[in-house]
Amino acid sequence: MPIGRNWSMNVFVAFVLLALVAPFAIYPVFLMNVLCFALFACAFNLLIGYVGLLSFGHAMFFGFAAYISGYAVKAWGWEPLLGIAAGMAVAAAMGLLAGAIAIRRQGIYFAMVTLALSQMVFFFCLQAKFTGGEDGIQAIPRRPLLGHIDIRNDFVFYYVVLLIFCAGFLTIYRTIHSPFGQVLKAIRENEPRAISLGYAVDRFKLIAFVLSAALAGLAGATKAIVFQLASLTDVTWQMSGEVVLMTLVGGMGTVFGPIVGAAIIVSMQNYLSGFGEWVLVIQGIIFVTTVLLFRRGIVGEMLALVNRYGPASRQDHLRLREARPAE
Amino acid sequence: MPTAKALIIFTALAFTPLAAHAQYSDGVIKIGVMNDQSGTYADLSGQGSVWAARKAVEDFCKASTCHDKIEVIFADHQNKPDVGSNIVRQWYDVDKVDVVVDVPTSSVALAVNNIAKEKNKVFLVSGAAASDLTGKACTPNTIHWTYDTWALANGTGQAIVRTGGDSWFFLTADYAFGHALERDTEAVVVKNGGKVLGKVRHPFPAQDFSSFLLQAQASKAKIIGLANAGADTTNAIKQAAEFGIVQGGQNLAGLLVFITDVHALGLKTAQGLIFTEAWYWDANENNRAFAKEFGAANKGNMPTMVQAGVYSAVMHYLKAVHELKSDADGAAVVKKMKSMPTDDKLFGKGSIREDGRKIHDMYLFEVKKPEESKGAWDYYKIRATIPAAEAFRPIDQGECPLVKK
Amino acid sequence: MFELIGVPPQALFGQLLLGLINGAFYALLSLGLAVIFGLMNVINFTHGAQYMMGAFCAWMLLTFAGIPYWGALILVPIIIGASGILIERLFISRLYHLDHLYGLLLTFGLALIFEGLFRRQFGSSGLPYTNPIPGGTNLGFMFLPWYRAWVVAFSLTVCLATWFMVEKTQLGSYLRAATERPDLVQAFGINVPRMVTLTYGFGVGLAALAGVLAAPIYSVNPVMGSNLIVVVFAVVVIGGMGSILGSILTGFGLGVVEGLTKVFYPEASNTVIFIIMAIVLMLRPQGLFGTPK
Repeated sequence: MPIGRNWSMNVFVAFVLLALVAPFAIYPVFLMNVLCFALFACAFNLLIGYVGLLSFGHAMFFGFAAYISGYAVKAWGWEPLLGIAAGMAVAAAMGLLAGAIAIRRQGIYFAMVTLALSQMVFFFCLQAKFTGGEDGIQAIPRRPLLGHIDIRNDFVFYYVVLLIFCAGFLTIYRTIHSPFGQVLKAIRENEPRAISLGYAVDRFKLIAFVLSAALAGLAGATKAIVFQLASLTDVTWQMSGEVVLMTLVGGMGTVFGPIVGAAIIVSMQNYLSGFGEWVLVIQGIIFVTTVLLFRRGIVGEMLALVNRYGPASRQDHLRLREARPAE
Repeated sequence: MPTAKALIIFTALAFTPLAAHAQYSDGVIKIGVMNDQSGTYADLSGQGSVWAARKAVEDFCKASTCHDKIEVIFADHQNKPDVGSNIVRQWYDVDKVDVVVDVPTSSVALAVNNIAKEKNKVFLVSGAAASDLTGKACTPNTIHWTYDTWALANGTGQAIVRTGGDSWFFLTADYAFGHALERDTEAVVVKNGGKVLGKVRHPFPAQDFSSFLLQAQASKAKIIGLANAGADTTNAIKQAAEFGIVQGGQNLAGLLVFITDVHALGLKTAQGLIFTEAWYWDANENNRAFAKEFGAANKGNMPTMVQAGVYSAVMHYLKAVHELKSDADGAAVVKKMKSMPTDDKLFGKGSIREDGRKIHDMYLFEVKKPEESKGAWDYYKIRATIPAAEAFRPIDQGECPLVKK
Repeated sequence: MFELIGVPPQALFGQLLLGLINGAFYALLSLGLAVIFGLMNVINFTHGAQYMMGAFCAWMLLTFAGIPYWGALILVPIIIGASGILIERLFISRLYHLDHLYGLLLTFGLALIFEGLFRRQFGSSGLPYTNPIPGGTNLGFMFLPWYRAWVVAFSLTVCLATWFMVEKTQLGSYLRAATERPDLVQAFGINVPRMVTLTYGFGVGLAALAGVLAAPIYSVNPVMGSNLIVVVFAVVVIGGMGSILGSILTGFGLGVVEGLTKVFYPEASNTVIFIIMAIVLMLRPQGLFGTPK
């Protein structure tokens, strides 16, 4: 491959250096927002880009973990990292349950199943006492990290969030570039062949699903502490649609695509916060144009440009599943 | 877009140095109107509230010459607490906004309430209903201006029971706000000698109320209380008309209804509906004059009590800030606002209590029949006036930590 | 016997009838989705928005052209169906060579655009639309509005007519054949792309028809589609994603189940459909009437 692992690592180091100085110029809360969604998108991308499964219900992991961590920190007085870990654990458990049901199906059916499961979670959150319903869990305190570090200062907390993001990102990176990741790739390219080679395909898919759910949960749980709020918005199917959009725009199946996509979409929402419905319209337009013309997403297109004459550039879409077999 | 242009002009003006007679933070008094600009509550607040805030600034500067720059900006919280808190954080931290006004949707208002206290700024609530804002969640930085769930429940519940509606059936939206509304109204009904024959919780949001209305009909209660808001209320009313509920002798009591809802339903469907509001455009000459100007600038729509409340709140804020000659310390400004009696052309004379509750008369309205209405927006007839002293929850019952026992 | 359940029989029958009426909407909407998915393998996420546009179109016809409900019933499906054909020609057809998930994403984006534009123009308060057949009759156990009776009768007719057309007529057999082997059917001289386009238009027309039916009883507002779309997906999945009969029966059936839930445990009436979906998927992944892959 013309673009090797070292290149990816270099880009990542550059990104981290940039991120270390960013809060001096840009509002730290905005940056933390971007980081949380970037992690969410990376987790989602793990599933679609490397396993070929489009989950339309990822908000259930993101949002429910936010509720768990928020409640643990606010009502039980837990330390933030512990609360975030709790959120992540619950999301992983949900991933196991949801995955067990959803993995039986593929492609569109899989998407529909995840959508409906996340709707169940939404309605549960709507009614459950602990979530506070429409109000959500508000005024989640930023208790001292590890008992000592005061994170009420946005500037200080930013670096903590950056650390969490890097941990999550590197986990995904390690997974992709491991033997496990290779098997996932094989499953995505040609599942029957992988089965015939003796791999327990369903188990691999389930593990990937749980990992993706856990990391999405990590993102959500962190976000709850950042904004000191966990609300229903985070478990709606529209939120699931947003993370799909971010990954699509950035580049499905690329390593950095989701980060770029998250940064763009969050910035757009921020900039257009006065014009609610235009945000919807513009997101819709971005969806449509990206699907029709820029399926590889921004990072994907850039990679294709660099690899201009390589085999990757000719394929302008992800082979998620065999389309109608050509006769 | 005219509003975007205005935004740019205002922002440009903000950078002009000025010889301030007072020390305002950043040299500007910046007012942020945050509400729903595109969703269910856009009509009752939205751009209308922004207009009302600007009008208040204009009127104030006409009455007492303004030496200082006063800016009004706005944002859309889309009825989501996370969007709202995001915007307000940025407003307070980065954009140096001094006061946030309006904010319908209680979940957003509660979030903003926390942030305003954290950053020691001012929050004037006109749109939201949660009575907790002057109860458990009260802060020295927030004033709840126009109405709240307790006032609505009390006004509607009490007045209806006293005028013969003594058996009730509740149709409640199954979420915190709906429950609170039902709880408050039930307490009032029972206190005044009425009976609650049954209640049913409908999912929130709901499209179809037919089965719940069927149960309400079967209960034979004289009054069907709608403990919900927005589209749920209008849908329920629409479908009640379909099932001939009013014709069958039962009356609907809307616990949170705005004139924009009545406009959306049409008089034919909404006639006979009874509810409480704090302000009506056609009540007196002052209101009518304001409404006329409002209508000219807002596509012919009439102002709601929320938008009138924004006018009144901004007016009083400006008076307080000018007397204090400073807007930097939010709690101090609010304290000043509480110490001054209020007086504006829309709400007349009133006052603000220690728990942040603004006091004024509330009114019980009934929607006119189509033949009784003389024209567009002529929708209400007044059934009762609830004097200010009785209209709001007694200060000692709210559990507000600011109130000394 | 009914007293044992704690509900008087009148209330029960009333709720069942109401459930059937709601089921009519589910059936009509899921029918359109099933037709589109069955032939084109495209999940039409825009279906909810097209339902909403149907209701708005009816409102516009009434407000600006004075065309009453009965005219709207005929005109609206044609107008919105035509817009569907336009969408198919311009956008969806470009994705046929790709994974079907891209179709899902595209239609999702289109749904956002339509909802956003309508919200910009009309706000979210909802617009009034007069009931064309007011009044009703007292059946003893409940008061049945004429309009709702009409809705059930009409939807049933449309559903059965569609089913008949697809399963029993020659045109229908071409459609079903084209689902299996489009290239072979094309070789027989049948214009398959045009059939696909018309099928999409037909499915969209069904959604718009449901919108017209909804206008007098539900609030005509831009979010009415997005509230409903996920439920309809669940119905289609339970029924079996390409099965016409499945979606009709499941639609009506789920309406009844929802109605019963509203009597016994109203708080769960939103969730019950998804619970059933999860159970069906675990026991019979292809849906109740679907063919196993």
